[in-house]
Amino acid sequence: MLNRWFTDPLQLGLAQAVAASTVALAVVLLARGRKIHIEKDSVIALIRGLVQIVAVGSVLVLFLKASRWTGALLLAAMILVAGFVSRKRAKGLPGALQVSTLSIACGAGSVIAMMVALGVIDTAITTLLPVGSMLIANAMNTNGLALNRFRSDVLAHAGEIETALALGADPRQSVAPYVQAAFEASLIPAIDSLRSLGIVWIPGLMAGMLLSGSRPLYAAIYQFVVLAMIFAASGLTSLVSTLLIRTQAFTPAEQLSLRAE
Amino acid sequence: MRGRLLVDDISVEIRPGEVLAILGPSGSGKSSLLRLLNRLDEPTSGTVYLDDVDYRAIPPRELRRKVGMVTQRAVLFPGTVYHNVGFGPAQRGEEFSESKVADLLARVGLSGYSGRDVANLSGGEAQRISLARALANAPLVLLLDEPTSALDQEAKEGVESLINEIIRTERLTCVIVTHDIAQAKRMASRILVLQNGRAAKIGSVEEALNA
Repeated sequence: MLNRWFTDPLQLGLAQAVAASTVALAVVLLARGRKIHIEKDSVIALIRGLVQIVAVGSVLVLFLKASRWTGALLLAAMILVAGFVSRKRAKGLPGALQVSTLSIACGAGSVIAMMVALGVIDTAITTLLPVGSMLIANAMNTNGLALNRFRSDVLAHAGEIETALALGADPRQSVAPYVQAAFEASLIPAIDSLRSLGIVWIPGLMAGMLLSGSRPLYAAIYQFVVLAMIFAASGLTSLVSTLLIRTQAFTPAEQLSLRAE
Repeated sequence: MRGRLLVDDISVEIRPGEVLAILGPSGSGKSSLLRLLNRLDEPTSGTVYLDDVDYRAIPPRELRRKVGMVTQRAVLFPGTVYHNVGFGPAQRGEEFSESKVADLLARVGLSGYSGRDVANLSGGEAQRISLARALANAPLVLLLDEPTSALDQEAKEGVESLINEIIRTERLTCVIVTHDIAQAKRMASRILVLQNGRAAKIGSVEEALNA
């Protein structure tokens, strides 16, 4: 219906945004009817989301013809921000910012570089940035999950860890079961995404490609490619971060320093 | 824990083969002092000498092998008794044979327990395994943190007499934290009484308890 009234793509987009927001606001009103007040948060989130994504879209327009090095620079900036965001999941563990940033850089950065070199990710900034950011965002989530799980396991098993230390164990050995659990738990979302791909969900990128007129089969295969890359980036990130963080729970004299407050 | 002194101004010499009991009310710093002795915690000032060597000069793992510890509640690792008893030697890559484990188990009164899953042990049995596990490292010093206070009366007597017998036959230097004056009298040759993290009294059993 809307596409009959609006022929200009920008106008059509705005009209579609208004329509979708109206439905969202209707839900807010329904909640209000049940005395659940989410008006303020929801309206702010909707406006913020629209402004952010339009801003990114505009920036993308500016960079449409930018060199691949500009793209690499933007991805590097994203990695720094991602490290900063997920460091909070390792409260009480020193060096969490460095560990997070380094892990995401190793995990997402190296997979992006490898895939660009192989021609799996196109160097055109319109592909490099969205696909790269997906890998970075997923690496960030995985890193956050791994650090969070490691931290809570160490806090919950301080008795076992100190018993092992008291028996002359290497600190890395004393936390080995929790490093493994953190690694496995952090990869659950990436594995479940791959498992349910196409059946439970048709992800955004594929939907976008279909909307923009790509051949459905290619869009489908590329979606698998993206998820496989996400799995690789996440797994590598988690491997590095659990490897680096395990010694951060200890002092140089091999004492457990992460304690419940 | 930060910013508060848990133990302060304690100077004590423990002679080889001696059993020193640390007595004091809850929160007086008994366990905190014990944790400084195998360097599970770092003293903010002062140090500990082991055979005249400042223990900060000894690699922590080597120090903790020499200074074994048994805690109030036995923390056993999931798996078999064999896995637990051989844990210390395995950390150094040493082969700990079935017969060595069997010998240790016999010494703690649990012959034939090697293949059992630790999940099925009673409190007293678990504490005996914990003792055997500490002994597997052939320590010079044994730290005991209220080793019988979590056990029922029957198990308590058994474990106490077992510890007594082992430290006498092995001539182990031993520091035992307890809040039980009678136990301190039965086991120790000297007593250190702590109050608010400081040494209130130290001396022979008679001196410390009667003065």
